[in-house]
Amino acid sequence: MTAIVDLDGVTFSYGDTVAVSDVSLTVEEGDFLGLVGPNGSGKTTLLHLMLGLHEPDEGSIELFGRPVDEFDDGGRIGYVSQKATSRGGAMPVTVRECVTMGRFAHAGRGRLSAADRAAVADAIETVGIGDLADRLVSELSGGQKQRAYIARALASDADLLALDEPTVGVDAESRDAFYALLDELNDDGITVILIEHDIGVVTDRANRIACINTELYHHGDTESFVESDALAEAYGTTGQVVHHHH
Amino acid sequence: MSGETPANADDRSRPDRGLRRTAELAGVGITALVAAWMLGFVLLYWAQDLPVAGDLYAAFRSFGRGMDVALGTNVFRHPIMWQSMAVGVLVGVVAPLVGSFLVHREMALIGETLAHTAFAGVAIGILVTSSTGWNGSLLLVALVVGILGALVVQWLTERTEAYGDVPIAIMLSGSFAVGTLIISYGDGLTGVNIQGYLFGNLAVVTPEGARLMGALSLIVVAGVALAYKQLLFITFDEQAARVAQLNVTGYNTLLVVLTAIVVVGAMQVLGVILVAAMLVVPVAAASQIARSFRETMYLAVIFGQLSVIGGFAVSIGLGLPSGGSIVVTAIAIYLASIVGSGFSVKAISAHG
Repeated sequence: MTAIVDLDGVTFSYGDTVAVSDVSLTVEEGDFLGLVGPNGSGKTTLLHLMLGLHEPDEGSIELFGRPVDEFDDGGRIGYVSQKATSRGGAMPVTVRECVTMGRFAHAGRGRLSAADRAAVADAIETVGIGDLADRLVSELSGGQKQRAYIARALASDADLLALDEPTVGVDAESRDAFYALLDELNDDGITVILIEHDIGVVTDRANRIACINTELYHHGDTESFVESDALAEAYGTTGQVVHHHH
Repeated sequence: MSGETPANADDRSRPDRGLRRTAELAGVGITALVAAWMLGFVLLYWAQDLPVAGDLYAAFRSFGRGMDVALGTNVFRHPIMWQSMAVGVLVGVVAPLVGSFLVHREMALIGETLAHTAFAGVAIGILVTSSTGWNGSLLLVALVVGILGALVVQWLTERTEAYGDVPIAIMLSGSFAVGTLIISYGDGLTGVNIQGYLFGNLAVVTPEGARLMGALSLIVVAGVALAYKQLLFITFDEQAARVAQLNVTGYNTLLVVLTAIVVVGAMQVLGVILVAAMLVVPVAAASQIARSFRETMYLAVIFGQLSVIGGFAVSIGLGLPSGGSIVVTAIAIYLASIVGSGFSVKAISAHG
C-alpha cells in the first residue's frame, strides 16, 4: 500500500480562527475516504490543505510521497469544488470543452493531440453523458454537471478524486446513480476523498472515515466509526446530524 | 431526474450547426483580412519613403480617393482617417478577445479601472513631455502607467476575498483624480486635446499611435493564442486549475497586463470613459447566443468588428464622436442578440 496523502500534525488558521488543529492522517491507495463533520468544522479547509490550496501553519503534508508544495503532477488529481457544483454562471462552455480541460495539465503549452481527444471522448462515455457532449454545462442538471466534472478528472488520468459535497442540489435518484459511479471508479483503483454532509451516504460507501471538528475525532475504517462515539463528540449536543437511510 | 430535464430540449437546432459554423468562420476570416489590410496601411505609411513601399502607398492613396469618389465622401483620401480606422479595426479584434476571459471572470470593472489608470498615464506623459521637452509618445507613458496599474490591481485582488471591488473602485476614481490634478497643474503647457482622450476622437490618432496599436495587437493576439487553454481553465474553474498545478497567479497577471495593453491602444478612438465597453459589450452579446466558449470568442470578435465599422459610419456620417458611436452600435447589437436568444437575459456576473 502506498500513501496517496499523508498529513502529520497539520494546523491551519484563518487569522485568529483555528480551522484545523493538529490533524494527522494517511490516505492509502485505493481508499474511499469519507470526510465528515458539522458545518464549519474545517472539512473543506482540510481538503484544500491536502491538495496544496492552503499552506499549513504547522505540520507537514505529502501528496503522492512528495511534499505538497513541491508536487507538480497536477494531472494525477481530479478535483470537484463546492463552487463548481453550485456554479450558476452563464459562461458558455460545452461539456466537451469542460472535459478537455482535464488534458491541459498533460498538453502543457502544446496543442492537444488525437490521443488527448480520444481520452476526452472515452471519459465522457464512461460517465454516461455521451449524448450531452455538445451541450453547455450551464444548461445541465446538477447530476449531469457532476458527471461532466468527474469526466474531466477521468480525462486527466487522475488516480485521486477529491470531491467537496458533490451532490448538493442533486435529486435523490441522480445522486444514487452518481455514487454508484464513484463506487465503480473506486473499484477500478481510483482513490476517492469525499466530503459529504449526509452521514448515511458516507457510511454506505466509504471504507474509511475521517470525522473532524477542527480536531480529528476519528480516523479509521467505517465499522469502527459507526460503533464509536466520534460522531456525537464531534457534533456536540448542539450540532445537527444529517442522517438519512436509503 | 424528474420534471423538465434540459437534456433533450434543443435537438432541433442541430441541422443548421454546420452552416452556422461556416458563417462564423467566414466572419472571423473577413475580420482577419480587414485587420491585416489595416496593419498593411500602417506599415506602408511608416515606410512610404522607401522605394517599393512608396509605390504601394501611392496606390493605397489613389484607392482611397477612388473610394471617396464612389461613395461621395471626403474621408478615405486622408491618411489620418485610415490610421483611425486601423486603430478601430484592431481594437475591434483584440478587445473582445481579452474581454471573453475578463467578462466571465467577473473582472469587467478592471478594464474600466485600467482605463482610468492609463488616463493618469496620459496626464503624466503630458507633464513629462512638456516640462522636459522630451519628444516621447504620450501613449507609451500611458502604456507603462497602465501596466503598472494592472500589476497593482493584480496585487490588490490577490490580497482581497475574490475580486473585492472596493479597493478596485478606489483605484479607479483615485487614478482619475490624480490625472485631473496633473492636467490642471500642467494647464497651458501644451495644446494636447484632453477631450479627445476622454471621449475618443478620430483626430487624436497619430501615425505613432497607430503603429503602437499595431504592435500591441500582435502581442495580444499571440498572448491569447499561446495561453488560450490555461486562461480558459482558470476562467471556468480557478480552484480546479490550481489543483491541476497551473500557474494561476501568473496567468491572471498575464490577463490584466493584456487588458492594460488593449485599454491603452483603444483609448485613442474610444476615450477613457468608454473603453471598457468594447471589452464587455460584444462579449455579453456573444454569450447570449453562443453554443460553446470558442464560438463566444468568434462571435465576440465579429460583433466587435461590426460595432467599430458601424460606429465609424455613424461617426463620419453625422460628425459625432467615434467612442460614443461605437459603443451605442455595440449595445444595439447586444439588444439584438437578446431578441435573437428569445429575451432570456443571461446574468453573466452571477457571483458565487
